[in-house]
Amino acid sequence: MTNMADKIAVIRMFHVYKRYGAKQALVDATLDIAKNEFLFISGPSGAGKSTLLKLLYLAEPVSEGQILVDGMNLSRISRRRIPMLRRKFGIIFQDYKLIPTRTVYENVALVLAVRGKARSHIEKKVKNVLRVVGMEDRMTAYPPSLSGGEQQRVAVARAVAGDPKIILADEPTGSLDDDSAATIFQLLDMFYNRGATVVVATHDKTLIENATGRVLQIHQGRLDMPPDI
Amino acid sequence: MVFYIQRAVKDILENRFLNVVTIITIALAVLIVSAFGLFFLNAQDMFNAWKKGVRIMVYLAPGTSEAQRLNTRYRLQAIAGIQSIRFISKDDALELMKERMRRQTSLLENMRENPLPDAFELALVSESNSPEKIEFLAQRIEGLPSVSEVEYGQQWIDRFANFFNLFKLVGYGMGAMFFMAAVFIAANTIRLVLYTRREEIHIMRLVGATDNFIKLPFYLEGLIQGFSGGLIGLGMLFTAFYAIGSQFEQSLSAEMVSIRFFSPGTCAVILGGGMVTGLLGGFFSLNQFVKE
Repeated sequence: MTNMADKIAVIRMFHVYKRYGAKQALVDATLDIAKNEFLFISGPSGAGKSTLLKLLYLAEPVSEGQILVDGMNLSRISRRRIPMLRRKFGIIFQDYKLIPTRTVYENVALVLAVRGKARSHIEKKVKNVLRVVGMEDRMTAYPPSLSGGEQQRVAVARAVAGDPKIILADEPTGSLDDDSAATIFQLLDMFYNRGATVVVATHDKTLIENATGRVLQIHQGRLDMPPDI
Repeated sequence: MVFYIQRAVKDILENRFLNVVTIITIALAVLIVSAFGLFFLNAQDMFNAWKKGVRIMVYLAPGTSEAQRLNTRYRLQAIAGIQSIRFISKDDALELMKERMRRQTSLLENMRENPLPDAFELALVSESNSPEKIEFLAQRIEGLPSVSEVEYGQQWIDRFANFFNLFKLVGYGMGAMFFMAAVFIAANTIRLVLYTRREEIHIMRLVGATDNFIKLPFYLEGLIQGFSGGLIGLGMLFTAFYAIGSQFEQSLSAEMVSIRFFSPGTCAVILGGGMVTGLLGGFFSLNQFVKE
């Protein structure tokens, strides 16, 4: 028992299985992620890291088991409530997933627009987060004209613009050079220090070696490290 | 809301070609359907005007005395639906005939006696103008004493009414078909737009957009397309109406019938129809797409 037990778990997984046909992508995963924890999920490609994250924001339904996210039971959530669940997360993808036909500003503003925020609030907030990630002078640029590192910084800005409780990053540095990767991690660390829960799925060993938070290993769909509960 | 409208307008401009195709389709559908409508409207006017001119001729039996004639007139006056009664004596009728057949007067002059009967010409109140009512009146009048024959333009009115109704039915059918075709094309255009933007919609979902947030701009797009299409269609019809109408007007003025365009209220309904077309197009494509 560590001090984890004293902390409030913001994500709880109980005996979660995910199958794609006959293939077991996730096997009996039980895991608590505490509020304001910086957690790494590490493992080789295809081990089930991405699957685990996708189950959290309901990009995929679980095959078996239960997941609680900030008090929401994902197996009982109606289709209409899925957007509410997703607004608890800021998600960063390896391929950035920026809308190529929208400017940097519009991409970030989208997160606030879907929450129904007022235009004045959106403008202030977007400029603020773009300044934090160092992209405020590229606001009117379109994503395809940016480098990978710049695109990922915009994606980070988008992930944090809605002040989410949890930041999920799926191989956030997978397509970046070392300097850009370091910048992204500094940003994630900064938001962690501001109170966010950060979950990073990565197979980048150097990142994990320098990690200060908990590191969970996943192999062939099984969490190797005993869940810290 | 301003945000949604801005997005819708931006989307339309981004997918200019597809949207222009949809707008033109809706415009053509509106043009064709409302051209039919306009034709019916004016044909109905004309038909009504003709009906108003319907007279019933009541021919009296030969040898009817003046007392009998007055009796018949008195009885005719008692029948509801008759506006006015004019007596045309057989001499007047002959004079009238001579006047009309001025070139063939020799034919008439050789007659030893006037073969024409005395007659009453009845004008009807407008409520009695339907073919059924005219026939009913005619039957009643035929039963009156001293009446030998009742004549009215019933046959051609009946025939015309039947033809007109059939034509109307065809018009409704075609209107419905064009409407469906326009909805179908609008739906397909929006589907194509959705398809080109599926990645964007996927991303919007991931950042917590509700279905309505995703759908609303497309509905607005449909409404804008429908409104533009309706406006263009009506504009084309109006132009054509003025170009063609001015020529008709001259030939019809003798008949005391004037042709007219739709009232502003009807124009609004047509525009509304265009908007509904665009909206339905969005509805059909989105419902399917968002579920996927």
